[in-house]
Amino acid sequence: MTPYALHPARIVARHDDTPTIATFTLRFTDAARRRAYRFALGQFNMLYAYGVGEVPISIVSDPEQPQHFDHTIRRAGRVTTVMLAWRVGDVVGVRGPYGVGWPVEAARGRDVIIVTGGLGCAPVVGVINYIFRRRDAYGDLQIVHGVRTANDLLYRERFDAWRDHPRTRVYLTADQPDRTWRYYSGVVTELFDELAITPSTIVMMCGPEVMMHHAARLLGAKGVAADAIFVSVERNMQCAVGLCGHCQLGPHFTCTQGPVLPWSAVRPWLAAEAR
Amino acid sequence: MSAPRLLPTARLDALIAALRGRGYTVIGPTERDGGVVFAEVAAAADLPRGRRDAQAPGRYRLAAGAAAGEAFGVVNGAGSLKPFFFAAEEPLLALHRRGRGFAVEPLAPAAPKLAVLGARACDLAALAMQDRIFLRGPHPDAHYAARRADVLLIAVHCTRAADTCFCVSMRTGPRAERGFDLALTELPDAFVVETGSAAGESLVAELGLASADAARRDDAQQRVADCAGHMGRRLATRDLPALLAARQGDAQWADVAQRCLSCTSCTMVCPTCFCHAVVDRTALDGATTERSRCWDSCFSHAHAHIAGKNFRPTVRERYRMWLTHKLGTWVEQFGDSGCVGCGRCITWCPTGIDLTAEVAALRGEPEAGP
Repeated sequence: MTPYALHPARIVARHDDTPTIATFTLRFTDAARRRAYRFALGQFNMLYAYGVGEVPISIVSDPEQPQHFDHTIRRAGRVTTVMLAWRVGDVVGVRGPYGVGWPVEAARGRDVIIVTGGLGCAPVVGVINYIFRRRDAYGDLQIVHGVRTANDLLYRERFDAWRDHPRTRVYLTADQPDRTWRYYSGVVTELFDELAITPSTIVMMCGPEVMMHHAARLLGAKGVAADAIFVSVERNMQCAVGLCGHCQLGPHFTCTQGPVLPWSAVRPWLAAEAR
Repeated sequence: MSAPRLLPTARLDALIAALRGRGYTVIGPTERDGGVVFAEVAAAADLPRGRRDAQAPGRYRLAAGAAAGEAFGVVNGAGSLKPFFFAAEEPLLALHRRGRGFAVEPLAPAAPKLAVLGARACDLAALAMQDRIFLRGPHPDAHYAARRADVLLIAVHCTRAADTCFCVSMRTGPRAERGFDLALTELPDAFVVETGSAAGESLVAELGLASADAARRDDAQQRVADCAGHMGRRLATRDLPALLAARQGDAQWADVAQRCLSCTSCTMVCPTCFCHAVVDRTALDGATTERSRCWDSCFSHAHAHIAGKNFRPTVRERYRMWLTHKLGTWVEQFGDSGCVGCGRCITWCPTGIDLTAEVAALRGEPEAGP
């Protein structure tokens, strides 16, 4: 069978996060596939809208419940616009899971810093939820989230709720704050002086490559080892099996060796191509 | 394998007939529209007899050669063996609408048994690299495997090089060292035939070929050695992956971007380039969608495009990607360079961009061309 073959999955729940973002819960229609399916947090599936196209979307639900899985989809282009119209009961195409996810096991017992920027923070929301469900297994958690304007801050209540957890700090910052903004102002890297960095710190990041490039450099300069900083790279993934060539970043096929990669592996290539 | 045999020039037809008799479709170099392409040959007369190619950056011409009967005087043309195994467009599966869902129907290629007559050492090196990419990875490609399953390879050692050839630098030729069933060296009146497999042995037995005499064996050796010795173009491969990684910010990329049209020709003629798009086409009635994989190129505008962002929006970044991958990062991915030194990207570049000269410029050395 070709690696490009799709498997039918039914949408069993839909939650509208914002007018342009929804989270879907999917289940394979085939019982054997449902039983055999396992995924790691941060891996992705290729989701297919019949007759329209296919896009890579990361899995954000808990890997200990693999019979169903959640995808948060933001309307960004032609295919995702159609996906936002999916209803409960629709059968869609899925293949996966693909790639390497977040180092949530390696992070056990360590202090964790999450850095996200812009609108694409869904992949790390899965990490944050994962840690809160196993809060005692992790050290201090610091969440840094940067947006351009106050309107770009999605999930405000979620960040505010996370702030109330023990051993957790949340830093929100806006590039272009307005009168209503009551958090920090500036880009995320300007907040790094506030962060507590310890020998056990591990960093997980997702957002625009140029933000991750600068954030990783600065955290590296503050003493975080290059192989303790993980970035989630979203490139043009078409085959998802390391054959089609589109998603390359330096020597890495980010679909199979990523999307989560240690900064030590991608540093020079992000420096050349990040935008 | 056994000692080299002799195939008189007049019996080339018998070799083709033997291959066809075993159920193979025989492809070899054929003249078409002023160039040479691999296509079906029913007899030796279909080969570009007596023709030779003159190649230069951005230039390709066929003309009468010195020897009227020469069968393999043309070194190569734009078409490599790539499309026969990694098809330019390969239907993969059909999706049929069923209520609110769909059913999947796998599609398989009707792949003929193929015998290639006249594969060059660089062609075989490129084929071995494509095998590594499509068959030896964690997700072997079933369609490539089906087309590659029953293939006989009759190599021809090169006895002349085109101006654009640099296989000696890439250590892939001009002698085919492995990966063939038979390997021929063309002499004025005969071919010296080496065997490389049991199938090759069985073919020479079927044809009843006598052993090649020492004089002809030496002549054949000398002609291939002369070809290597006279190859003018060179590519300095020393430390190339590290050099390219270190030169990502070099001004040379902007320089070559002034000459590059981003037309994708180099990637289409390249025998190892493997990028492809996954394309879904839905019938007008919406009832069926066919998914195929089609050749794509890192020079296309959409190659590194995701919704709202393009990581390589300018020609500078796309040429840098291509050359860095081909000669640099490819080694980490597949254990060897992505370049076999066939020179096609130089000849078929409409503006004559020569990657060996680009590398020399990145090294800060005077141009290395002939």
